[in-house]
Amino acid sequence: MKTSSPQQPPAQKPVSVLPVVPLFSGRRMFMRYAGVATATGLVMSACTNTLIPEPLAGPGGGSTANARIGDVIDLGSGDIGVLNYAYALEQAELRFLELVTDNFYDNATEVEKQVFIELRNQEITHREFFKKVLGSYAIPTLTLDYSSVNFRNRDSVLDTAMAFADLATSAYNGAGQLLSNATNLAISGIIVSVEARHAAAVRELRYPNTTSFAGDDVIDPVTGLEVARLPNEVVPIASKFIKETLSTANLPSPMTA
Amino acid sequence: MNIQAIIADLSKTDPELYDRLEHVSRRSLFNMIGRKAAQVAAPVVAMSAVNRAYGQTLPQPIVDVLNFALTLEYLEAEFYNVGMDSAGLLTGTARTVYGQIQKHENAHVKLLKDTLGTAAVAKPAFDFTAKGAFPNPFSNYQVYLTLSQAFEDTGVRAYKGQAPALISSDPILTTALRIHSVEARHAARVRMLRGEKPWITGNTSPGVPPAVYAGDESTVHLEISSIIQGIPVEQSTQAWDEPLSKEDVLKIVAPFLA
Repeated sequence: MKTSSPQQPPAQKPVSVLPVVPLFSGRRMFMRYAGVATATGLVMSACTNTLIPEPLAGPGGGSTANARIGDVIDLGSGDIGVLNYAYALEQAELRFLELVTDNFYDNATEVEKQVFIELRNQEITHREFFKKVLGSYAIPTLTLDYSSVNFRNRDSVLDTAMAFADLATSAYNGAGQLLSNATNLAISGIIVSVEARHAAAVRELRYPNTTSFAGDDVIDPVTGLEVARLPNEVVPIASKFIKETLSTANLPSPMTA
Repeated sequence: MNIQAIIADLSKTDPELYDRLEHVSRRSLFNMIGRKAAQVAAPVVAMSAVNRAYGQTLPQPIVDVLNFALTLEYLEAEFYNVGMDSAGLLTGTARTVYGQIQKHENAHVKLLKDTLGTAAVAKPAFDFTAKGAFPNPFSNYQVYLTLSQAFEDTGVRAYKGQAPALISSDPILTTALRIHSVEARHAARVRMLRGEKPWITGNTSPGVPPAVYAGDESTVHLEISSIIQGIPVEQSTQAWDEPLSKEDVLKIVAPFLA
């Protein structure tokens, strides 16, 4: 992390619930995530209530396990839940981009191909990060269905890409307040602006030389503020492509004051 | 941070700043307080102004962050207001793009000023040539684009760097994040106008002061490496927009204060 000593969260918010995984269980990380014992207990007890029919690898399903169509997947609680929520969105977005780059739409230009390859590679980077940071608390690999997208058709692909990038940006914008740990918030900030760049880039492909890159449909023209969405608004939109059911029931709620 | 604190910070990196600020505004606090007395007296003056406006409502650390953000928004808004008014500078697509960006930056100024009330810092005077380093910013389109990119990408890094300091207030944090992503959209589009990729590769961009992208090449977060087999390293760097500290942002901005 390059951020200099982020401020500690206020007392009324819980301590970090990021799990310690063997990958970075060195002394520094242990210090950073002191308090994890409490958090682990929280997650473990939450997981006993998940509706996954049979246990998959690890308490959260394990990062390499595949979910099965129809499973109800509890995203979890606290910061782990919020990070799993982001991980779910990154999985969904990446799968779409993989399908785009596996077989480009008709008449895709070299520039367009390069844009999508870089989008895909950046999203692989994000997905792998969440998978590693969540470790055994990660939700399983989701089953994704993009049969509603016509991958041969430029407009269909660009519309979906645009919707995903806008959705991801609004999701991160709304999720920041749900995080209790300043380091996790910083990481979320490091990713969200890249999602916003994706949105602007895809919008420019779809509606070139217009105001669409930061259009009035996503940015309030009076306040200059972009849309922020909470998980219970985002998940139903993303669920169109996800064959499992994501439960946001245990995710944190924003403070109103 | 109040404007005096901003100036005090800046003066550490720019010893001549006070000389230049003396003509900023006859009405401003800078002139009420003598140059030598500024560092001692200014915090007291500013604090009492904040207290009159808010009592204990907005905590001082949050006021500091919002005034820091407001200062950057003033800079951007004025840059676009002057640019849009400069004959022949912004035409065609550039005019469409900058008209939208101008609208947002002025909205951000208003939003932050309304939030801060009388605690809001005054708009400083700007020198968009940065003491001659960027001659003719309002008549040379390429220079204008370069500065615009520098301001937008710096703005993204500045908001990002302050987000953890706002964690105690969900509404203010969320507002800052909702501005932050707009700055990123602006940055992406301006970069495309220059023929650059919309995302930052490594830690450089032609013509932009190196400090704007210092450290942006990072591929390690929470001690996890993002170097992945099959993905070029420069694309791994694109996936992450790194924050900048307030001090580092002010060093970038200082030359643009008149």
